[in-house]
Amino acid sequence: MRDFTYRRAASLQEAHDLAAHPGAMLLAGGTTLLDLAKCGVTEPETVVDIGHLGGMDGIEANEEGATIGALARMSHVADHAGIRGYFPAVSESLWQAASAQLRNMATIGGNLMQRTRCPYFRDAATYPACNKREPGSGCAAIGGVTRNHAVLGTSDSCIATYPGDLAIALVALDATVHLGAREIAAEDFFLLPGDTPHREHPMETAEIITAVTIPGSAIARRSTYLKVRDRQSYEFAAASAAIGLELEPDGKTIRDLRVALGGVATRPWRARAVEEALKGQALTPETVREASLLAVEGAVARGDNHYKIELAPRVVARAILKLGESA
Amino acid sequence: MTNRMQVNLDINGQVETLEIEPRVTLLDALREHLGLTGTKKGCDQGQCGACTVLMDGERVLACLTLAAQAEGRKITTIEGLSAPGGAPHPVQAAFLEQDGFQCGYCTPGQIMSAVACIQEGHAGSDDEIREYMSGNLCRCGAYPHIVAAVRQAAEAMS
Repeated sequence: MRDFTYRRAASLQEAHDLAAHPGAMLLAGGTTLLDLAKCGVTEPETVVDIGHLGGMDGIEANEEGATIGALARMSHVADHAGIRGYFPAVSESLWQAASAQLRNMATIGGNLMQRTRCPYFRDAATYPACNKREPGSGCAAIGGVTRNHAVLGTSDSCIATYPGDLAIALVALDATVHLGAREIAAEDFFLLPGDTPHREHPMETAEIITAVTIPGSAIARRSTYLKVRDRQSYEFAAASAAIGLELEPDGKTIRDLRVALGGVATRPWRARAVEEALKGQALTPETVREASLLAVEGAVARGDNHYKIELAPRVVARAILKLGESA
Repeated sequence: MTNRMQVNLDINGQVETLEIEPRVTLLDALREHLGLTGTKKGCDQGQCGACTVLMDGERVLACLTLAAQAEGRKITTIEGLSAPGGAPHPVQAAFLEQDGFQCGYCTPGQIMSAVACIQEGHAGSDDEIREYMSGNLCRCGAYPHIVAAVRQAAEAMS
């Protein structure tokens, strides 16, 4: 890890000012920044520690909605009674991510800023070509070992999978990311790689995530996050689904539905085709399984990751059917 | 000119003042600057849990924490778990009784993680222990005995 200057911001304004300097990077929990600094992927000249700022780690959640401060820790949000009760997909996405230690360190804002786990991105010494790390240098993943790479939202410049879990639930539940006064829909907060994969968020220099809000709804109350992976715990998703479901009073007709996918796309992937196909339909294994195939419309496999195209619709269907059984 | 800063760390109830480079992690501060080598360096990349310590009572990874970040927090390491010469902590006793290790390298991290796991209320069943201890790898594969030790300690501490 290259040496840097450490500055502890005493206020949000000071953090903005310090972060505006070239070479400055924000540090909250540190689980991504220090990891990537050790890999040599990021080389900050100044680390601006915002982890001690007061008043930014609050969690409020009730029937009306949730407001989560950007410095709230993943573990605290996962265990919060209001989040568990009114936004179960959010709680489940958090406690199934990383490990207990990392969840105690990592913040909600930092979670949204985490970088891909693409091994070609992380290993700069062995693989100089990475358009995300070094624009224009190429993509070592294309033609390489692609078992964990994306099948949706890819480009000829980048096929790196978005690694997070929380954002999948946030995109499904129409959450909003707050950068001070500026608000961005969670879905718009993550950019497709296109030919600029180094640009991952529509943020300006020195902007800081301050909070995440989620509207309360019947959909949010009856929601879940299903994560399928190579080992049962402490692993990234092979495929995952965040689902919200609202049934008609008859208990078997789908009134409304939210579907988002993780582990298979270059960004959190909202599957509106599945939602539209199932609205007004009876919730049966047959209808749900057929509609879930629409989740991977347009998917492109590159060798080893072909299995994700078959796996993802199964995960979606299983999550919807599981929710349907939980009256 | 070397880039150094003063950092005050509260380790096991004792405040230590260090003159270190800002990039020094809490793990290296403990091991290389304070001689507290009970906290182990495994992967040094946040993946194995060998460096687990408690910060303000919560388990964290010392390898992904800057020493400077830890200023103002209370750090507990394996050395601070029980009084010198005193009885071992119930989790330490349970690891001995259940033979919860082979080579022992991951053990301080396992024990610190288990202490927090029990305090969090996440040791209610073997499945829950496995889930909430998954951040601590044991390459010897002593997992069945580790789960038994955490279960025994959880019962002893309840």
